[in-house]
Amino acid sequence: MFRKKECVAMLLAGGQGSRLYALTEKNAKPAVSFGGKYRIIDFTLSNCVNSGFDTVGVLTQYQPLVLNDYIGNGLPWDLDRSWGGVKILPPYQGKKGADWYKGTANAIYQNMQFIDRYDPEYVLILSGDHIYKMDYAKMLDYHKKMNADCTIAVIDVPLKEASRFGIMSTEEDGKIYKFAEKPKNPDSTKASMGIYIFSKDVLFRYLNADAQDPESSNDFGKNIIPAMLAAKERMYAYPFSGYWKDVGTISSLWEANMDLLGEIPSLDLHDEEWRIYSRHESHAPQFVGSSAVVNNSSITEGCEIYGTVRNSVLGAGVCIKEGAVVSNSVIMDNVTVETGAKINYSIVDEETTVGAYASIGAVQKKAKGITVIAAGLDIPEHSVIGDNEMISEVAQIQTKEEM
Amino acid sequence: MEVAGLIFSNIHDSSISELTNIRTMASVPFGCRYRLIDFALSNMVNSGITKIGIITHNNYQSLMDHLGTGKDWDLARRSGGIKILPPFFNTYDNSNGGRLYTSRLEALMGVSSFISRCSEDHLVLSDCDGICNIDLSDAIDQHVKNNADLTIITRKVTVGIDDIPERSKVITANESGRVTDVTNYMKGEEVKEISTNIMIVSRMFLLNAIGDAGAHGYSDFYRDIVAKRAGKARIFRYLYEGIFIQITSLESYFANSMKLLSPEVRNGLFDVKHRPIYTKLRNSAPTRYTEDAQVRNSYVADGCVIEGVVENSILFRGVQVGKGTVVKNCVLLQDTFTGNNVNLNCVIADKNVVIRDGRMLSGHESMPFFIPKGSMV
Repeated sequence: MFRKKECVAMLLAGGQGSRLYALTEKNAKPAVSFGGKYRIIDFTLSNCVNSGFDTVGVLTQYQPLVLNDYIGNGLPWDLDRSWGGVKILPPYQGKKGADWYKGTANAIYQNMQFIDRYDPEYVLILSGDHIYKMDYAKMLDYHKKMNADCTIAVIDVPLKEASRFGIMSTEEDGKIYKFAEKPKNPDSTKASMGIYIFSKDVLFRYLNADAQDPESSNDFGKNIIPAMLAAKERMYAYPFSGYWKDVGTISSLWEANMDLLGEIPSLDLHDEEWRIYSRHESHAPQFVGSSAVVNNSSITEGCEIYGTVRNSVLGAGVCIKEGAVVSNSVIMDNVTVETGAKINYSIVDEETTVGAYASIGAVQKKAKGITVIAAGLDIPEHSVIGDNEMISEVAQIQTKEEM
Repeated sequence: MEVAGLIFSNIHDSSISELTNIRTMASVPFGCRYRLIDFALSNMVNSGITKIGIITHNNYQSLMDHLGTGKDWDLARRSGGIKILPPFFNTYDNSNGGRLYTSRLEALMGVSSFISRCSEDHLVLSDCDGICNIDLSDAIDQHVKNNADLTIITRKVTVGIDDIPERSKVITANESGRVTDVTNYMKGEEVKEISTNIMIVSRMFLLNAIGDAGAHGYSDFYRDIVAKRAGKARIFRYLYEGIFIQITSLESYFANSMKLLSPEVRNGLFDVKHRPIYTKLRNSAPTRYTEDAQVRNSYVADGCVIEGVVENSILFRGVQVGKGTVVKNCVLLQDTFTGNNVNLNCVIADKNVVIRDGRMLSGHESMPFFIPKGSMV
C-alpha cells in the first residue's frame, strides 16, 4: 500500500548541543558540519533512506534556521515525496494552547497526529547527533521476530566507559530486565544508542499516560522506558556492531572527523553500498598546487591548496595559501588560511579567515584539548591562540594581546 | 525578456570519435566532474533561461542519464525545464529514407514543432564542443537593443597561437557590429573573428528561415541562411572576450584539459561570481589522500583515493591511485582504477578503466595514449 506506511521515523533534532559551544551558537547540533561535505544529520537521514524508510518527521526547536534550510524539501536524500518524505515539525500552537517541546517524549506526544496520518504499525525514534551507518530495516525485522513492544538498539562499550551511557541489562534472548542511566557500577556493557522502535499503539498509550503526569520530565530515557519496564512490557535489546559515535562534545566531534583518515579509516564514506547523502552546492574540483603537500587528509571540492595539510579534514571551498600549515585539524566550508598561518589540533568553523602568520591551537602536541574558532570570524594577522581555547568573537583575541 | 534555449548535443561528434563512439559530444566528460553540456546549460540557466530543448541524434543514452529530470540545473519544472528532442521521423512518410539529420539546419527543421510551440520571443542556440562561462544576458540585451534578427557570438583568434577548427566560420562585420559576410575558414588564412556557434535568434526569424529552407531544400545554416541574408536581415555579432576552449580532436581534448591547471583558465571558467557551472551531483565522499600521497599541480574531483604520486594531472570522480603508482600528465576519467606500482604518462583513460599492478603506459603530449571505456590493462 502506498498511502499507509509500515513505519514512520521521528528524528529528534531540537537539542541545543550546548557542549559544542561556539559551533552551536547559531546552529542546532544536527546541522553542525562533519567530514568535509556533510552535516551530522546526514547520517541518520541517509540511514533512513538506505533502510527503505521514506517517511521521516524531523522535530526541530533550537535555532532551526540553518537546519530547515538544509533539509528543505529533502531532495538530496530522495525524500522529496508526494506522500511521506521528510517533514520538518516545529512546536506549534494547538487548540488547547502552545508549548515548547518539554522533553523527547513530549516532542513525539505533540506530533501524534502527524504519525497517525500514515497509520503505521511501528514508530522509529532517532536522534540527530550520532555518526553511524545502520540498517534500521534489520532492526525492525528483529522487533517483529521478538514480537516486542519496544526494541532498543545497543552497542557493546568497554566496561570502564559504560558509566557514561544508559546501560541495558538483558536476559540471554535479549529481553531487557533493567535499564540504568549512567550507572556508577554498571553490570552490563550494552549501551543504549538512543534508537528505539515502538509498536505504535503501545507507544501512544505510554505517551498519553506520561502527558497526564505533571511530575514527569517527559523524556524517553527517564520516564517512558522505566515505566514500560516496570509494567513488564516486552522490551528487547537489538545488538549493533560497527562504527557509532556520539558527537556531542568538541573532542568526540574532532575524533570522529579523524576517524575518516588513516590507511583503513574506521569510518568509510567511500562505501558505494551505503552512501551518505548531503546537500551541497556545485563547486569546482579541488586544486592542489605545485608547492602543496597533502598527507593523510580528506579534502572536498572547491578547495585550493598551496600550503601543507596533514592529518586534517577540509570542507568545501577552503583555501590554504602558500606557507600555511594545517595539521590535526578540522577546517569547515569556505575558510581561508592566509600565508604562513599555522593551525594545529583545532576546529575552524565555516566562513572564517585566518590572518597571515597567525598561530592557532597547540604548538606541538595537544596538551589540554582542541581549540575552536567560531564561524564567520576574521582572525587578525600574527594573532596567537593557544591550546584548548574557545573563540566565538574576535574581541576575545584582542583583549589577550592587550594583557 | 522571455528567452528559451536550444542545444545541439551531437554536432561535431566525429571530431573526437574516440570519446564520442559511445556517447554524444554533449556527454563527453571534461574538467574532473563536468560533461561538455554542463557549460552550455549553466550559461543558459545563469542568464535566467528556464526552458531548454536538447536536440539529440544518436547514442544519447549517456546524455539522458546525465540530465535526469534536470534538477541539478534547477530545470525540473512543471512549465519549461529540460525537453529532450529525439530525432523525429514521420512514421509513414519514408521520403528521407530513414536518414537522420546531417547538418545544423536540418536539425533545426526537425525540431520546428518545438520552436513554433515556444512562446518566447528569442532563442539561444548553442553547441557543446565550445567551453566557456559567458554572461548571455548581456548578449541578449544587445540583441534586443539592436532589434536584431540574429546575433552571432564571436571570439577573436590569432593564427598560429589559437587552435582554430577547420570548419570554423569567419564573421565579417562593419563598425556598428552588423554582419556583412560569413565565410568558411581556410587553412593559413589570417582571420580575426570566428563564430562560437552560440547565437541568439528571434523566434519568428528562425521559423521563417526554416520554412524557407524546407521549400528550397537548403541544408547549411551559415551558407544558406546567414550568408544569403547578411546585409539584408538584421544580423549582428557580439564579441566574447573571456576564456573559450574549443575541443577539436583527442589531442586538443588532452591539451585543453591540461590548460585547466593554469589559474587564469580555471578561474575564468569556474570562479566567476554568480555564474557557477552546475553538473549532476554524485554524492561522492571527499577525496582521501593517504600518508604516502604526493600530489602536485593537479585538479582533482571528490570521491578519489590517492595513495601514490600524482603530478600535472586531471582526476575525475572516484579515481583510485594505488601505492607506489606514479601518474604524470594524465587525464583519468570517472572511476579509473590503478593498482600498485603503475606508471602512467600522457594517458587518457576513459571511464571504468582498470590498470593492474606494475603496468607502465606512456603517450606523448602530441599524441596521448587513449584507453577506451571499461578496458582492463
